[in-house]
Amino acid sequence: MSGYIPHTPPDIRAMLQEVGLRDPEALFGDIPEEVRRRYRPLGLPPRDEDWVRRHLTELSEKSTGRKLIPFLGGGIYDHFVPAVVDYVLSQPELYTAYTPYQAEVSQGTLTWMFEYQTMVCELTGMEVANASMYDGATALAEAVLMAHRTTGGKQVLVPQYLNPRVREVLATYAWGAGLELVDLPFDEEGRLVLSEVPEGTCALIVQQPNFFGIIEDLSGLKERLGEAFLIVYVNPIALGVLEPPGSFGADVVVGEGQVLGNPPSFGGPLLGIFATREKHLRRMPGRISGQTVDAEGKIGYVMALQTREQHIRRERATSNICTNSALCALAATVYLAALGPEGLKRVVLLSLARAHRLAEEISALPGFDLALTGPFFNEFPVRCPDPGGAVKKLREAGIAVLPPEEVEKAGLAGAFLVAVTERRSEEELSRFVSALKGGTS
Amino acid sequence: MKSGTIYDLGAPGRRGVSLPPLSEPEQEILSYIPEGVRRREPPWLPEVSQPELVRHYLRLARMNYGVDTGFYPLGSCTMKYNPKVNEELARLPGFSGLHPLLSEEEVQGALEVLWELSECLKGIAGMPGITLQPAAGAHGELTGMLLFKRYFQERGELERRVKILLPDSAHGTNPASAAMVGFEVVSIPSNDRGTVDVAALEAALGEDVAGIMLTVPNTLGIFEEEILEITELVHRAGGLCYFDGANLNAYLGRARPGDMGADVFHFNLHKTFSTPHGGGGPGAGPGTVSEPLVPYLPVPQVVKEGDKFRLDYDRPKSIGRVHPHFGNFLVLVRALAYILTLGDEGLREVSLGAVLAANYLKERLKKTYRLPYDRLCKHEFVLSGDSFGEVRTLDIAKRLIDYGFHPPTIYFPLIVKEALMIEPTETEPKEILDAFAVAMEEIAREARESPELLKEAPHTAPVRRLDEARAARKPLLRLPRP
Repeated sequence: MSGYIPHTPPDIRAMLQEVGLRDPEALFGDIPEEVRRRYRPLGLPPRDEDWVRRHLTELSEKSTGRKLIPFLGGGIYDHFVPAVVDYVLSQPELYTAYTPYQAEVSQGTLTWMFEYQTMVCELTGMEVANASMYDGATALAEAVLMAHRTTGGKQVLVPQYLNPRVREVLATYAWGAGLELVDLPFDEEGRLVLSEVPEGTCALIVQQPNFFGIIEDLSGLKERLGEAFLIVYVNPIALGVLEPPGSFGADVVVGEGQVLGNPPSFGGPLLGIFATREKHLRRMPGRISGQTVDAEGKIGYVMALQTREQHIRRERATSNICTNSALCALAATVYLAALGPEGLKRVVLLSLARAHRLAEEISALPGFDLALTGPFFNEFPVRCPDPGGAVKKLREAGIAVLPPEEVEKAGLAGAFLVAVTERRSEEELSRFVSALKGGTS
Repeated sequence: MKSGTIYDLGAPGRRGVSLPPLSEPEQEILSYIPEGVRRREPPWLPEVSQPELVRHYLRLARMNYGVDTGFYPLGSCTMKYNPKVNEELARLPGFSGLHPLLSEEEVQGALEVLWELSECLKGIAGMPGITLQPAAGAHGELTGMLLFKRYFQERGELERRVKILLPDSAHGTNPASAAMVGFEVVSIPSNDRGTVDVAALEAALGEDVAGIMLTVPNTLGIFEEEILEITELVHRAGGLCYFDGANLNAYLGRARPGDMGADVFHFNLHKTFSTPHGGGGPGAGPGTVSEPLVPYLPVPQVVKEGDKFRLDYDRPKSIGRVHPHFGNFLVLVRALAYILTLGDEGLREVSLGAVLAANYLKERLKKTYRLPYDRLCKHEFVLSGDSFGEVRTLDIAKRLIDYGFHPPTIYFPLIVKEALMIEPTETEPKEILDAFAVAMEEIAREARESPELLKEAPHTAPVRRLDEARAARKPLLRLPRP
């Protein structure tokens, strides 16, 4: 008995009697006998709680990578998460509820969703935001589908420097929808080169900062696109100091919100951020909380514009998304509320300062150089004669970076990628540099 | 007027957490960012101390209703109890702190979790292939439709196989998922027993059909007794069978979709396998597939070689990735802990408890409410609230709140007028089911004697009935800047 099911034999007998059955197996009499006969058990005995806890704890300790110092980014970052975030996430009424279909008993969820939407609009400089998508990659894919539905175009301009994992997911969705991805190169600074906007383009994607950590200049892009969408894929924490894409005429801003109060989690669950212009509101996928009043005129919140959604519009819905990434969005909300504008800026400035210090020290080493010359945020590619060897030296010193084979997927050969968050200490920075020194001597 | 949000609180200069100081002057650090790109105006974010923040979110929590609060019979959502040890395990630093881009030798423990769970789920489904990447049920459906597309592309039949058949008792997300991959949706009616009209299905089948999306049992909670005939007909016409697994709680540990003719079956780990619903997510929607579809599964696949685990990317026919990493890993950890705790015996207890509770409640409630399909149900059943004159299902649902219960799913499925879709799950004691039945009976009496009580409900919730029409008419979707 697991402890999760309360029915005792007398309970079962009493309930069966009401149903008019004697044998509980008769409850499954409508499943073809042939099907039931073919069932094969897994061969798993029931386990007690302590056994399960030990088994999974052992597995969690088996991954040696957990002990490495993560100068590893590539879309998932090791930022500090205040204890208060998990405290709020652990409130049972918040995490054991579902989608707020019944608004009057879901004011907690609907209120924080509204807060979250406000914060996302503030960060991105956009007019409306939904209450989350699965992750940045699918948020981007949905933004592209939205651009296609709005403009009718079938070509998507995708810079080579887009995070390769994100690009792979986008490619899968694009193939499904019959869209074509067109590669755009980058220059020696690591910035986008847009020579022309072909006929039939539905969207241009820009990543800010891009996969190599390089800060893009978004000015003038929307003007060149006309009706086609400018979709900006952001690292939302960077928007603490970067001018929001909304100021540059972006049609949709999407991004990976893991950095806002969520741990790396071996890559999931993540948080898909999605914000757009009011004029595109009715084409936006996902849940939205809206303010209204109750029968006594008191302010309250409900799910707004549900007529866009799949359970009502069926095959004409803006998306099939139903379950989203709500709890990760709550983490982002609490994180941003705990930090406030000054705290957010502090986190970003600390990351920036430490990243640039490390970059300078690495460039000063003989044979080492930054692979791109553009301004960068908290991540940068390092080029050296033997990048594979350098990565190995770093691993031996207990440090993880993104190896050249992963960087090469975005079109940059012979470089490894270094990410520095505010969590990387002076001591860890020194250890990094000494490890490389050891590698060149 | 106060908005009730965290923006009502605090004062300029307050902050909720301590952070390290800057080691260089701010302007110096900011100069790393080119001037034209530097943020001109800070985002408008709350400025609150930690105690204010905690009290605010605890106040919000108290305005919410979760499974830990009480009975949550939201049909098709399987709001079962979320075991606490699973929450603890998902927070182990070796799981939550692990970076997904570490090399495979460095994440052996995490890969072992993926592998163990894959083996369990393949066994439960009775199917040979799996992907754990889909982040939710609808994402699993989309993945399934992409697999269909690849299958027909490889066979050179994509041009003509453009239709997906959908019983009108299927899940709400199904049609949208099929449409995202460019399939045309054709609705198949139910018969008077609430199951697929096999004659209508047969008539709809042809060379232009890619397949069918079945919800088993369907959204009426009824098992498709002719499931073997249905899948055989579709297969004979050259089509594939998709099974929506949202309702797996109905036959867990007793029957396998693989034995019913499924080609793709998606799990909802946040339903059947007790992972929390999180206020809307995250969930997980792994998909298992039949032999012919195995080559098309998303990359990478986790394989075991000796006692080592490896990621296999060398799968040239794959549809590609549907998730940037390995799916919602921390949700997968919880589901594995749940399956290991239950074992075979526990899995069977789940479906027994779920189906017994649903039939018990159905028998009790059909004395007071119209039951359009009066027959054995599985894990859920659908009543109609259409016998109370001006009182509608919405009013019944809102009145249930006053009795301390979360309302069922309402107005779905669309094929039942004024639908009340009730799924008790296996984790509710008989006393709670009885109390719910008594409340429903009481509400039926009120509906006749004092309908205004229902029309004006809820009376005891943190807010009175909310004006949803106003939110649609004049959408206010963010707090305006002061």
